Order: sequence, then C-alpha cells, then structure tokens
Amino acid sequence: MSRSAQKHAKAKPAKKSKPEPKKKPAAAAPPPPPPAEAAPPAEEPKSAAEVMAKKQREISVSEFFLKNRHLLGFDNARKALLTTVKEAVDNSLDACEEAGILPEVGVELIQTAENRFRVIITDNGPGIVKAQIPKVFAKLLYGSKFHRLRMSRGQQGIGISAAGMYGQLTTGVSTKITSKIGPKKKAHYYELQIDTRKNEPHIVKDDEVNWDQHHGTRVEIELEATYQRGRQGVDEYLLACAIANPHVTFRYRLWLLPKEEKPAPAAEAEIRNPKSEIRNKDEIRNRKSEIENPEPEWVVFERGAKLLPFQPREIKPHPHGIELGMLMQLLKNSHARNVRSFLHTEFSRVSDRVALEVCQRAGLEPTSRPSNVAFRESESLYKAIGETKLMNPPLDCISPIGEEQILTGLKKEVQASYYDAVTRAPSVYRGNPFQIEMGIAYTNPGQPKRAAGNGEPQTAEEPIRLLRFANRVPLLYQQGACAITKSVIGVDWKNYGLGQPRGQLPMGPVTLFVHVASVWVPFTSESKEAVASYDEILRELTLGLQELGRRLSVYLSRRRRDLEARRKRDYMQLYIPHLALGLKQILKFDDRREGKVIGKLKKLLERTHLQVTK
Amino acid sequence: MGKSKTTKLPTPTGADAPRVISKKEAANRIDRVADEIHTDIIKKFRKPEMRFPIRALSNVKYDPKKGYFEMIGKEATRTLSYNTVKTFAQSVRLLATTKNDLLLKNDIAGKREVYYNAKSWGECRFEEQPESDTLLDDMEAMLAINREQLGYIPEERGGEVTGPLVVIDRDPATDEEIKINCAKLGTGAWSIPSQVEHMRFETKAKFVLVVETSSLFQRLVHHRYFETANCILISMSGVPTRACRRFIRRLADDRKLPVLAFTDGDPYGYGNIYRTLKVGSGQSAHINKFFCVPQAHYLGVTPQDIIDYDLEDATHPLEDVDIKRAQDALKNDPFIKHHVEWQKAIGQMLKMGVRIEQQAFAKHGLNYVIEEYLPDKLKKKTFLP
Repeated sequence: MSRSAQKHAKAKPAKKSKPEPKKKPAAAAPPPPPPAEAAPPAEEPKSAAEVMAKKQREISVSEFFLKNRHLLGFDNARKALLTTVKEAVDNSLDACEEAGILPEVGVELIQTAENRFRVIITDNGPGIVKAQIPKVFAKLLYGSKFHRLRMSRGQQGIGISAAGMYGQLTTGVSTKITSKIGPKKKAHYYELQIDTRKNEPHIVKDDEVNWDQHHGTRVEIELEATYQRGRQGVDEYLLACAIANPHVTFRYRLWLLPKEEKPAPAAEAEIRNPKSEIRNKDEIRNRKSEIENPEPEWVVFERGAKLLPFQPREIKPHPHGIELGMLMQLLKNSHARNVRSFLHTEFSRVSDRVALEVCQRAGLEPTSRPSNVAFRESESLYKAIGETKLMNPPLDCISPIGEEQILTGLKKEVQASYYDAVTRAPSVYRGNPFQIEMGIAYTNPGQPKRAAGNGEPQTAEEPIRLLRFANRVPLLYQQGACAITKSVIGVDWKNYGLGQPRGQLPMGPVTLFVHVASVWVPFTSESKEAVASYDEILRELTLGLQELGRRLSVYLSRRRRDLEARRKRDYMQLYIPHLALGLKQILKFDDRREGKVIGKLKKLLERTHLQVTK
Repeated sequence: MGKSKTTKLPTPTGADAPRVISKKEAANRIDRVADEIHTDIIKKFRKPEMRFPIRALSNVKYDPKKGYFEMIGKEATRTLSYNTVKTFAQSVRLLATTKNDLLLKNDIAGKREVYYNAKSWGECRFEEQPESDTLLDDMEAMLAINREQLGYIPEERGGEVTGPLVVIDRDPATDEEIKINCAKLGTGAWSIPSQVEHMRFETKAKFVLVVETSSLFQRLVHHRYFETANCILISMSGVPTRACRRFIRRLADDRKLPVLAFTDGDPYGYGNIYRTLKVGSGQSAHINKFFCVPQAHYLGVTPQDIIDYDLEDATHPLEDVDIKRAQDALKNDPFIKHHVEWQKAIGQMLKMGVRIEQQAFAKHGLNYVIEEYLPDKLKKKTFLP
C-alpha cells in the first residue's frame, strides 16, 4: 500500500473517490473547503466558466493513477515488477502477522514474453472472506490500514489493486485471486478487472476450487515488466526482506525464457496468454515444458526465528503531529459533542484539563460544536495546539525488529565475520513516535562471502552496502535523498576504521542495515522510497550509527592486531628453519634435533611477539 | 724524518702480527658460537644472542702511545627477535658456509661470491651485496678473526709498490721462495696481494712515500724518483685497503722505516685516507691494531703549502660535502681531536674555503713537484702528525 507521506507533506494528491468540482482548487487550497468557494461563481451568467464547466468532469482514481503511475512505483517496466512483488508481499506479511501466523510466502516470476511477466505471490495467511476479495484487489483505496494510526507495512490500500490495474492496463489479463480462510472451506477463485471509470471491481470469473493448503491467499498478476538482477531488483528486495523479517520463510523462483530463442517463444506466448486459463502449477508446468524451458528450483530463504513480531498497539494521533487540513477533517467527521471532548477523545495525550487549556488559548468556547469550529476557528485552534506543551505520545505503538532478530536476519543471509546490532529507544518527531534500529555485518577481506543483494564479494575499496528499511519494508530507490543515507554519510567512519571519501558512503566489506519504524514514517514522496530528514530522526540515526561504529572499531583494531601478529608469525616462520638448518650444518646434528630446534624457536618467538593473540 | 712522538714500535712477527689462526681453530670458534646458540634454544629455552663489537668511530679511542684506534669495548648484541630473525638466520647460515665450504675445504671466496652463493638460500638470500658485506664484517668481529684468515679475499687491489725493495714471497703451490725486486719492474709496479703476513723484506731505502693518486705515482716512477730520493713508492688509489695498510706496516716495522703520506689537500685526504692509513677506521675497529701504520706522518698537501708554494689560484672552493666532512672530523674523529696540529690545519682549510689536488703543482711546471716541492718538504720536515 502506498504510504502516507502525503498526509503530512501535502494535503492530498488523490482524494478518495469523491468528485472534485474543479481541477485546480483541490490541489492548491487546503484551508478553505472547496465547495464553499465553488458555489458563487457557478451563479454568474454564461461565461467562460460555463464553457469550461462542460469540460470539467469527475476524474476516476484509476485515471489519476494512470497519469501518475510513478507516484506508486510503476514508472518503468523494471520497477513495476518490483513494486508488484513488494505490494503483494507487504500485504501477505501484514495479514499473517496480524492473524498470528508465521508467514511463509512464495514469490514466483514467470516470464511469458520478452517484456512480460506473470507474478504469483502465495501466502499462508488467514485468507480473505469471499465478499471482500473483489474490493481488496480491484478497488483502489480500499483497505484496513488507512484509517488507523498503527505501525504496519502498507498504509493506504492502494498498492495491490494498483498493481492489478497496471497489469490489466498493460496486458489486459485479469488479476487472479485464490483465497482460503479455513481448512474445511473450499477456496474462492476470482478473476477480476477494475472498472477504471468507477473504481469498482468487475468480476470476470467467480468460482470455488480445491486448494491443498489450510488457509492463505494466492495472487496472480500478469504485467508488462522486465527483470533485472542485482541492486534494485526483486532478488535484492527479497534478500533484504529476509534479513528484516527473520521470522518469514520466503520461497522464490524465477522462470525466465531461454535467452537465445527469445523471439520465438515470446511470440508464441503472446498469442496464448490473454486467453489462457492457467489455474494451477501443473498447467503452468505443462505449458512451460512446451516451450522447452526447464523448471527452475525454488530458492528458499529459510526463517531463522519463530518469533512473530509483537503486534503494535493502535494509537490516536498526537496533536503535534497533525496538519491543519487533517485537523479540519477530524473536526468535520467527529462525533464529539463539543471541542473540548473532541480534543480529549480524538487525540492521545490530551487530558480534559489540557483540552480546556487549548480551547482558552485559541479563544474558543469549549462547548462549541466541532463541525462549526472546523469552518471558522480551525486555524486558531491549530495554532493553540502548537503552542501548548503536551506529553510525548505513547511509545509502545512501535514494534521494533529487535537487536536479536536483526542479528538473526543478518547471520542467516550475509556471511560475515562480525555482526552487531543496535536498537535505539523510541523517540518522537512532530508528535509521531518512531524508533531507529540498525545492524552491521563485516566480512573479512578474503573470506568467501555472499554479500547482501548479490553474490559479488565486497572489497575495502567499494562503498559499503546500505540496506534501508521503513517499517520492515526495504527501500531500494532514491538512496541519495534518504535521511538514512544522509546520516550514514554524516558520520565520520574514518574514526571507526573504515575509509570514507568526502561526502560519500564509507568504504569496506560492510553490510549496514538501518530500519526506521514509526506509526507514520515520513517519506519524501508518495512512492515511499526515501525517509524525510527530520532533525529528530537524523539525530537518532546518527547516535545509533556512532554506537555501531565505535564497536566496529574495537573489532577492527583487534582484527588488525591479529593480522599483524599473523603476519609476524608467518615472517618469523619463514626464517626459523634457515636458522635451524645453519646450526645443523655447523653442529652436524640429525633431522630430529633440527625439528626440535625449529619447534622451540617458534615457541620462543611467538611467546614474546604474539602475545596479543593469546 | 720527523718521528716526533711515535714510540717504540712492536716487532713485526711476534705478538704483533695478527695471530695466525689455523683453519681448524677458526672452525672450532664457529662451532662454539653455534653451540651457544643451540644451548640457548634447547636447554635454556631463551632467545639466543650474538655479540660482537660495535664497528664505528663511536666505539674507538685514540691512544697515541699505542698508535691506533682501539675499541673501547662497546658491544652490539643481536638477540633473536621478530626484527632480527632474518639477519640472525643469515648469519648462522653464513657461519655454516664459512666453516663447511671455506675452512674445511681450504677454499677462498670473494665478497661478491658470498653474495651470489647465498642466492641458493631461498628467502634467506641477500638482496644486495652490502647486506652480505655487513654480515661478513659482523662475523669477523664476532669471531675475532680477520676475514682473510677465514678464506675471504678482498676484491680490490691492495696498492702498488716500486722502489729499492726486494719482497720475499713464496709460490702458493710449492711454497718455494720467490724474490721480487721492486726496483726492476720497468715502467710498471708490483701489486700488493691480499695476504702479506708471510713476506719478508730487503731494502736500503730511507723511507716509504705513500701517494694517493696513481697519476702522481706514475710521474714519480717515470722519473725514477725512488732512486733520486732513495725511497719506496707506494700508490694507494684512495683509501688504502687492509692489505695495503698491513703491507706498509710490516715493511715499516720490519725495516724500521719512516712513512710519509702524500694526498690531495682536502678533508677526504686528511680525515679518511691518511687517518685510516695511520690509525685505522671505525668500520674495522676490531682489526685496526694490525691494519694501521702508526709511524706514518703527513707530508702534504697541507693548507699552509697552498700559501707557501703559491698555489692559491690552483685551488677549488670547498663543496658542502667537504665542509660537512671537515666539521664532522673536528667534532667526532678521536684522532683529529687528539692532534691540535690537525685541528689547526683543518680550521685553516675551512677558513680559506678551498681544497687542492696533488697535481696542482703542475702550475709551476710538470716536474715542479719532483724538483722543488718534495725535496723542500723533506728538507724542512714540516710534517703533520
């Protein structure tokens, strides 16, 4: 699901499905309610406005999306593949965790044509009740997460339906859903299209099928996409996910068309696909064998822990974290009888007494109706809230991964010689609780390694590999714009034994894992790719990184000493035999004695020169 | 000739010749060193050491009664450690080679051959010849046996001799006596070999004149100066080699002859060539006793000669290295520090800021040096100690 930066940063890009009377006002004016402004000019006699009015019509969310697909991560074919996988996996994990199920997620990418993939995501989650399936998967902005302030991966309910829509628009193929909610029930099978005008699901096929799984959901979307290995690809995404979610088992396989014969099978697949009714793996397998492409093995990222993350508590918004537009919205929709109780009930950390204080400061009658305040005095109320000292929001609404779990994740996916992790205490930015945690894996040069993201070994002359996460979701794009990157660059790693070119990431065989968890992660844009640089967040990041750095430098200097000792030992052992040989030639003793001399000399020299290692 | 302070000189053969050490005894000394190292390692389980005298000016004193640079007993200890393990191993292997390949097989080797021989030692080999040269000197000092007796022969020539002298040498193969008449070598000269201990001398010369450059030597030979002055001429070609020093010493001791040195008038000629000839060097402090010529005196060219013989316009300005060398000699050289005359001479040269070459006398005519300068000096006896 798309995150929610826009809620903080801007008033809203795509506002629900409510019709907007005009194009412009929506974008530019958060404070005054658009309807009020729109009414008077409509009464003028025929004018340009009237002519223009004929051109003004409702914009469906789907249309909006089509024109702004980059906002949701579908800018190009490569990214579309990743975004689709990411949205589906996010949903699966959120659902499993909320239902208390240890997640097991299958990700399958099947290339059906040169620029076309079928993405199949399978989970063992609770399943979705039949009636909800069409809306969840074929209606934008439908979901459980938008209306609550709680830490979760997805936040807005756009993602998976956007992926389905993207697929539908680029290939015409319906989104296929199989979901089962209990062992005794049959699985529902749907083929869905989105009515892009109305933002409503259109059911192409509705069926019941057998599924040999107790419960879970399977989503199949075919879309125009290209696959790329390495950074910013599905492989790196899954690996990063596996590190950040050590309680999850991922199964992954990639089924590419054979490279040489690309043109031929592609053409064949193109013709077949739109009408193909492939429902199960057997059919896929059959079809695949037709084009003589051997079935690839599943790559399994086995879970390293059986501990589900603690389910974060849902909290009410903190007054200091709210925008004026949001405040107005809350005032309008509130069921509270007066402003005083509105403040008390809709927000956290506002006691009855504090609510009264805010009202007085704003010059408001505490008994005013919230909906009245919304139109007239919201601005002064907003100001008063800002000026009132409030307790920080409760911090138990964040579920950090935890140092132990970070270590588990790193150890199982990154081969290294040194691991460390730090979870900072929760803190607050603009009324939103957040928590920073991070881990590090250092791979000794020369050690055979499997670095994060791909199998290429890292060296001391390359930048470190930085893995960024927000609410356990890997961030693969816009690294440079991200607060995490900025704070990593801002720390002086030379103090900690790593090289660092000015203004750049440090160098070295290091995998650095940084996680920002919050009920509301501030992103720099709607595509949720970079964390915004709030001072509070930067400070926490820096403190955490420095802590990791200090401990790393202890390790590195110990390692340097060890290496130095080894170098010395090797050097001495090079010449000890010569010394013994010389003595042997002079004193004419036998080989056994020579061996004894060598042994003694080694001990002698190591005793005095290599004490550090002991 | 002015033998101002030189006291009784030791007799040539007895206690004063470097003790002749048999090959067997030399081998035994090597065994002893190796055995000590071995005992340290195996029985005492402590890091073995090699001790040898420090070979530098800082470890010598000048006693004019003895007449040479004498070591004052500072010892360097090479303890086996990370830093010394390579040198230590090389030293032991060098000892082994010396014993097995030279002493026991009665063979000889040059310094450069030692360097190449060690190329078969793998990582223990010497990268550059100075490394092996240093270890060779160390070994000689440690064993207290000069390297010639261990079978190591010098590469450089030992100097050349002409004059009324008969050297009684022997045939290396047959041990037969061979007499070399140095007065009858025509236009050439006789080369001093590396081993001179066994030689005996017959001469009626009055003194020995040792010159630095071979071009002047050739002039003196060409004009039969050794006949005119009744002296033995020896050319050193720079700093005299050990053999050259030893030869002059034995000759002077044996025939009770005074020795006069004639070098370029510069700090190198004073502080290095002449000083080494007379009292030895810091480098070979452990063997100076025999390889020096305490009865030598300095004839010229002195700074005062430049004035006395009107040679100011035949000089060269002192270069930085000259000045540095002169100052260093004044400050650190125990021999110069002992002799006020030398301090005055060097001070005078520094003040004049010039140096002079032996050939500069040609200003007054090619044979001015033979006809005027040398006779005049010998008459006035204005020698430096």
